[in-house]
Amino acid sequence: MNTEAVSARVKSILVQPWGFWWLQMRRLVRIELRRNLFSRKAAWIYFLAFIPTAVILIHVLHDTHPASGLSLDTNVLAGIVQFYYIRLGVFFGCLGIFSRLVRGEMIERSLHFYLLSPVRREILLLAKFAAGSISALLLFGSAVIAAFAFLYAAYGTAGLDYVFHGPGLGQLGAYLLIVTLGCLGYGAVFLLLSMMFRNPMPAAMLVMGWEAINPVLPSLLQKISVASYLRHLMPITVPGEGVFALLTVETEPVAGWVACLGLLTLIVIVLAYSCFRIRRLEIRYTTE
Amino acid sequence: MTAMNDRIVFEDVSKFYGEVLGVNRVSLSIPSGVTTLVGPNGSGKTTLMNLMTGLVQPSSGQISVFGLPPGDADRFFRQVGYSTQFDSFPRRLTGWEFLLDSLLLHGMSEGEAFRLAGEALERVRLGDAGSRRIETYSKGMRQKIRLAQAIAHHPRVLVLDEPLNGLDPMARAESLALFQELSRQGMHLVISSHILDEVDRISDRVILITGGYIVAEGAIHQVRREVRDKPMQVLIRCDKPELLASRMFSANHCAEARLHVDGKGVFLRTGDIDEFYRLLNEIAVEGLVKIDTVAPADDDTHAIYQYLIGSEGIPS
Repeated sequence: MNTEAVSARVKSILVQPWGFWWLQMRRLVRIELRRNLFSRKAAWIYFLAFIPTAVILIHVLHDTHPASGLSLDTNVLAGIVQFYYIRLGVFFGCLGIFSRLVRGEMIERSLHFYLLSPVRREILLLAKFAAGSISALLLFGSAVIAAFAFLYAAYGTAGLDYVFHGPGLGQLGAYLLIVTLGCLGYGAVFLLLSMMFRNPMPAAMLVMGWEAINPVLPSLLQKISVASYLRHLMPITVPGEGVFALLTVETEPVAGWVACLGLLTLIVIVLAYSCFRIRRLEIRYTTE
Repeated sequence: MTAMNDRIVFEDVSKFYGEVLGVNRVSLSIPSGVTTLVGPNGSGKTTLMNLMTGLVQPSSGQISVFGLPPGDADRFFRQVGYSTQFDSFPRRLTGWEFLLDSLLLHGMSEGEAFRLAGEALERVRLGDAGSRRIETYSKGMRQKIRLAQAIAHHPRVLVLDEPLNGLDPMARAESLALFQELSRQGMHLVISSHILDEVDRISDRVILITGGYIVAEGAIHQVRREVRDKPMQVLIRCDKPELLASRMFSANHCAEARLHVDGKGVFLRTGDIDEFYRLLNEIAVEGLVKIDTVAPADDDTHAIYQYLIGSEGIPS
């Protein structure tokens, strides 16, 4: 490609109505957030997100907390993030949120209103993804923060010391990063699956199975997994024993930044393919 | 090219749903005014409208509205409003919220969206119900709020799939008056409706479709004249209908004569309309019969539908 062609290409990109698209995106996100967070259907996702927090709150209120128990409870919290949030809570929560964004509106027969508005379909898809991600992050992020706060508050001074003068805040940051990447990764996958299949649940179960067998797959295939990347970001590794072994992903060790970059690349690829698919999406409610 | 930029154009468009034919090799060029799509259930009317607005993609061929393809959503849907047949809405929204959400996606300010939403609600006479949730609306009110959403942003093309369904006679008359007003303002209206008698009054042209094929299109009178194998019926108001009928029957192109119930006119059916009018002029000049009015009696959408599509089904 010669310089003139590159220059023309750059100019054509710059003249696009980016400001208008950004405005539409913000407004779409606002509409979608309202639907995602304030509907009866969201109740079970609230339940999924906050059930560990409720369990920890009961533990805090009911049990005694000698300083010696801090290390054990830290491991319990790491286990909750590793075994519950990554493999179950965020997985099924994102399945609920993201599969509703397009397929849910097809079933409710209301998607055509968006497709008849002056919004590029790629903008619509990315806005829905952003709104789904924000919803999932608000729920699961606040649940993890609340669980963390309850757990260490119960230890009084020792807990505060662990959080503010020890590794506590770093661990919280890592958990939030894991939950964020988990929501984005599973969100992108389930958004795509919901456009590909009328009932995305069987495909989601296949994804779960894929994640479970990921450790025995060749190195290249291990990279097509959300949980395997998240595993490398855990600040504390809890060995999976018994039934928890099924929820543990053991893959080749990689650096944290490589895991983040790998997962973000996976998300971008999945979203790019979703944008391609939504351009060809047809409204045929009778087949739903 | 300029002429094409002021029209809705289908270029050899076909649509197949798997192996099922939606529409086949449709070529149309629709100017401004009211165009009625007429055909039996499953004939391809909704498919044609969905193709026009990009809700389904053509298997082959191209569609453009004012030169814009439906894929260019940014610009296309500023020009086009579509009131679909789908009787469903985003949940838990009031009429106001529904219109505001829709208008805000056009990129306008909240104040402007508020103004246009109010104007649209007034135009469809739904002002008071705007603050109620759409779930509580009657079928007719839901039809109106869909219409309000389609016209709120002042599009130049309005596509209406069965817009009179569910409306009471008063609301139907109001809607038809609104369509006429929009047409007078230079808008393109494409309407499918099974209430042919009412739509017929405001239609400038008709597109007849059956089995996915366009069987006729054009101005209603022009289409009727092209249906040459079906005798045309003309009502002549005069003082001596019996005499006129006997004179007309002397010409062999006259197929049928029937007296009007009030005895002051006669329906005549002829296979050669040009010869018929020539003979009628002769009779008028002779002065034997005093002719008051002459009007086509089957020169409407309903008659054309009956002739071309016949008993295939009730138009919808």
